[in-house]
Amino acid sequence: MTKVSMTVNGKAVSRETEGRTLLVQFLRDGMGLTGTHVGCDTSQCGACVVHVDGVPVKSCTVFAADVAGGHVTTIEGMANADGTMGRLQQAFQDCHGLQCGFCTPGMVMSAAALLAVNPTPTEAEIRAGLEGNICRCTGYHNIVRAVMQASGQASAAVAAE
Amino acid sequence: MHNFQFVKPTTVADAVAALEHDGAQALSGGQTLIPTMKQRLAAPEVLVSLTGIDAMKGVCKGDGGLHIGAATPHAVVAREAAAYYPALAHLAGHIGDPAVRSRGTIGGSLANNDPSACYPSAVLASDAVVVTNKRQIAADDYFQGLFSTALQLGEIITEIRFPIPERAAYVKFDQPASRFALVGVFVAKFAGGVRVAVTGAGEEGVFRWKEAEAALSAGFHMAAIEDLAPPKQRMIGDLHGTPEYRAQMVKVMTKRAVGAA
Repeated sequence: MTKVSMTVNGKAVSRETEGRTLLVQFLRDGMGLTGTHVGCDTSQCGACVVHVDGVPVKSCTVFAADVAGGHVTTIEGMANADGTMGRLQQAFQDCHGLQCGFCTPGMVMSAAALLAVNPTPTEAEIRAGLEGNICRCTGYHNIVRAVMQASGQASAAVAAE
Repeated sequence: MHNFQFVKPTTVADAVAALEHDGAQALSGGQTLIPTMKQRLAAPEVLVSLTGIDAMKGVCKGDGGLHIGAATPHAVVAREAAAYYPALAHLAGHIGDPAVRSRGTIGGSLANNDPSACYPSAVLASDAVVVTNKRQIAADDYFQGLFSTALQLGEIITEIRFPIPERAAYVKFDQPASRFALVGVFVAKFAGGVRVAVTGAGEEGVFRWKEAEAALSAGFHMAAIEDLAPPKQRMIGDLHGTPEYRAQMVKVMTKRAVGAA
């Protein structure tokens, strides 16, 4: 066991950690931040996406020790300071961009990473940006609409794929 | 996953020393190695992360081409190589998905030499040089078959040096679930001739399609390979495509790459 320290959603944390501990285990089991989901555990589905130093990563495919010292943002860090939903989260609700909700944390984190570098993406850019996130309920139509809305763009015209 | 000792050196020398332990294994972005370890197909006793070595990161224009640190993630190559070598940046920007591109590195991809990975085709078509802690390896000598390379035990790729072609393009027909190349072709036209490298198709991994190179060196246009037979290399056959299908797709993708270059 070695001590791994990092900043999660703005708070400094430090835990005794095995080498094999994945970032997602550090967050879920270690810190109780269960908003980040494990879907496939094989880096296919994207339910576990979080941000490390501002870029999206699949937290099931990164060792916690490898991001020691880093700044991690999870879905829990996406809410407003008063606990209400952030703009992107609200857009997912408004546009019904989810059904069972299991993939949603990863979808929101990937979408947020996209908007950070491309504030007004086209529909095609949104679909490319969410390529690593799989939803098995709804298809992607309303998710794309939600990202359009969150980026201040008209979302009615999004074509079903 | 079996447990292991995790170490993260900050210099190449320290990484080389750490890899001398029995059962030590280098870890770059981990986008292949970590899933492999979860399956217990790999069980290193010491895992040596290479992502803390600043000297192995970054993209810069150097003597005779573009120098890319081996621990540079795909997303950074996609962004920073764009001004110098657009075809290479395009390739990097279409590996896997955005989260994979945040972590996966060029050196990790080349050390693994997956027969369906994108980067080996760029390295081979560009006649790039693979620089390690010990030596410089020409692309033609580096790739030695399925998941096999010229790397020796404990040897670390530190940098890749790409000559920049006059014209180039990479066209990938991707397997939509994995986003690996079902067939990918990288075409690079230099003053001295054209190089064509194929990934995803050959049973022995990435290869040069020399008949197409000769035809395209004589005239760099799509029609130049119209009458060529598909490459003679033994092709992968799996549930996604037969060997005959892949051989035909090599030709189609080569034509598209020439058109796009």
